[in-house]
Amino acid sequence: MSTLLIRGGHLIDPAAGVDAPRDIVLKDGRVAEVAEPGKTALGKGKASADLQIIDSKGLTVAPGLVDIHVHLREPGQGHKETIATGTAAAAAGGFTSVAAMPNTTPTNDSPEITRWMQAPERGASVRVFPIGAATRALKGETLNDYAALKAAGVVAVTDDGHPILKDGIMREVLINATRHGLSVIQHAEDTRLTGGCSMNAGPTAFRLGLRGMPPEAEYGLVERDIRLVTELSMNGKGDKNGNRPHLHVAHTSTAQAVAAVRQARRNGLRVTCEVAPHHFLLTEEHVGAYDTNAKMNPPLRSAADRDAMIQGILDGIVDAIATDHAPHAAHEKEVEFERAPNGITGLESALGLSLRWLHHEWKLPLGRVLSLLSAQPAALLGLKGRGTLTVGSFADVMIFDPKQEWTFRAKNSRSKSKNTPFDGWTMQGRVQWTISEGRVVYQAEAL
Amino acid sequence: MPLNAASARPIIVTPELPADISTGVTGSVLSASGLTLEAVGEILALATVLEREDPIQRAQRLAKRRIALLFYESSTRTRTSFELAAKGLGADTTLVSSLSSSIEKGETLKDTGLTLRALGAEAIILRHPSSGAPWLLERETQLPVLNAGDGMHEHPSQALLDLRTILAHLRPGVEAVTAETLAGLTVAITGDILHSRVARSNMILLPKLGARVILCGPRELLPELAAQAGPGVEIERNFTRALEQSQVVMMLRIQAERLAGLQLDLEEYKASYQLSEERLTKYAPKALVMHPGPIIRGLELTGEVADGPQSVILEQVHHGVAIRMALVYRALAGRTLTAGAQKGVRA
Repeated sequence: MSTLLIRGGHLIDPAAGVDAPRDIVLKDGRVAEVAEPGKTALGKGKASADLQIIDSKGLTVAPGLVDIHVHLREPGQGHKETIATGTAAAAAGGFTSVAAMPNTTPTNDSPEITRWMQAPERGASVRVFPIGAATRALKGETLNDYAALKAAGVVAVTDDGHPILKDGIMREVLINATRHGLSVIQHAEDTRLTGGCSMNAGPTAFRLGLRGMPPEAEYGLVERDIRLVTELSMNGKGDKNGNRPHLHVAHTSTAQAVAAVRQARRNGLRVTCEVAPHHFLLTEEHVGAYDTNAKMNPPLRSAADRDAMIQGILDGIVDAIATDHAPHAAHEKEVEFERAPNGITGLESALGLSLRWLHHEWKLPLGRVLSLLSAQPAALLGLKGRGTLTVGSFADVMIFDPKQEWTFRAKNSRSKSKNTPFDGWTMQGRVQWTISEGRVVYQAEAL
Repeated sequence: MPLNAASARPIIVTPELPADISTGVTGSVLSASGLTLEAVGEILALATVLEREDPIQRAQRLAKRRIALLFYESSTRTRTSFELAAKGLGADTTLVSSLSSSIEKGETLKDTGLTLRALGAEAIILRHPSSGAPWLLERETQLPVLNAGDGMHEHPSQALLDLRTILAHLRPGVEAVTAETLAGLTVAITGDILHSRVARSNMILLPKLGARVILCGPRELLPELAAQAGPGVEIERNFTRALEQSQVVMMLRIQAERLAGLQLDLEEYKASYQLSEERLTKYAPKALVMHPGPIIRGLELTGEVADGPQSVILEQVHHGVAIRMALVYRALAGRTLTAGAQKGVRA
């Protein structure tokens, strides 16, 4: 593999505490050297068959982004997305690592599917980390073989799309996952309270004549899970190595759920949470005239909930921004609101929205925004060598212009699906290059 | 890195909200919320003109124009009166219902709409069990759509005919409507508000003309947040107190088909909310009794009340034809036969 020199750029590597001009040498898929401009062993460098040079003058160089919540739809739902198209979208959005949810067809219950997803034949542009199904076929009844799943490469277990509802089963999941060093990601939705619902419960749902999901369907389950984690952490049950259970709350959307996570952290528990851009930007009002691109689960919530997501991000209780990238074919969304599937795409708009709003409008430092999109999610799932550019790390790099404004056009998306409420939105921070393990996997078209 | 650097900042700017629910196609009536006072006045005036017109002359107005009725739910009053309205204007109508059509084979609303347009329909009258379905149909066909009831959302033509009934009795001779036309009038809507599209349309339309709307019913059928539906809307759980204040009493059927597992003690319900002759005489002896139908005698109201002197239930049905003639005419006005036909061919 050839060597790659990124020169003249400004490196922001939050995990390493670097925010300075740096040249970077990538070799054999790893970071070989990081030095002040012109001070690497290659000096100014000279492009050749063995040395590729990326001139990053005026640009910011950062660790490739890490999205711990995407639906790549393979196996089985290739009309929505494939691993190839989903990871191409990831690359265009600056992501070099994506964790793929197991609600595929069939569900990812086995080492075979886990390995299939990671096989070179899938044509992935960036690294895919499969997440295993916590229970067989996501039914919340029978636990899968976590040892076998972990050996095949899963980085966590979840029934995402469905909750693990039964107390006894969730308890077993936490115990077994902890034993195998796996995080448990919960889709916190008490489905006993959300039957037939298609948006958030509240005045908007009443006005639109839609059944609403009450916020307690989310936070009630988060609180239940935290009680279980408390119990298992205190008694140390099921863990010989002193490992404490790790509960990660997926797509947090209610103020009370963030408050519950905050309290759990104060109590010293390993409880983390992620927030999706749509939940820190949009509210139930964005359903507008029954826009199916504003339909997702959890639903867009009240303005107070949205503000709590922003506050949680700003004050550091939120550990990661994750997209919940959920592609659906156009014909699947062109139906009655109540019949439309949940979810929106997110990989190509997450950085632009985060920089535009969190950084530019709400003044979260650039390094913090990047950390929420790379170092923190990588650490959360224990993805070693990802989310940082220290020597020896994977050569996963995003090079971008943090100041450049641009307009997101869904039709130009690399994803197979275009279901996004952010079509036409102003974004900030355009990705120029994305490098995955030393290979350039995305390069912006010249302006 | 400092974690709290930004947390003290008040958040002022957040992304803009989408524009209000409004319709993109001229002539569509999708909701009472989308109707301006001006449009309401226009519809009422048109209804009067068309109702008074010589039937032979009236039948020339939309002679041989094509209107499709697309009904995914059963209906007696609404369907028949829309059909009679369109036919009274001379239009050809065709009825597509979810049973006995390709909808049964899985054809989507979009494709059904496009098919009707290709067959030459210039407007579609839609009844559908999903809230918001008329927006989808309008967006995909770009035809004027008249909402004949969508899920639990709205039933604007019903609210308009209710308004016409109220005006005929309580504001006789009023020609033009203003924001004060119904000032001083209190309307009690009682019963299954949660599942009622009629209630939603009325609680939005009537206050636009200055009426005060009291919603009355048990918590299961009337959530507290209904009071936030708009200005001029309030909740009164006590039926007696609601009756005492009202000049119009609008009763609603309990929608068994939409209760979705909700358990309701009907005997208890009747004891608290049934409109009986005794209650009516005692607390609202002069009020108009209205009901959008179908009525369930002996449940939300007694047979005596339904057939009694204060009941205008059948008048409401009668006003339905005039209002729907106005809506159908308005939907097609401004479109020439050629333009409509070309649109069909293009599809």
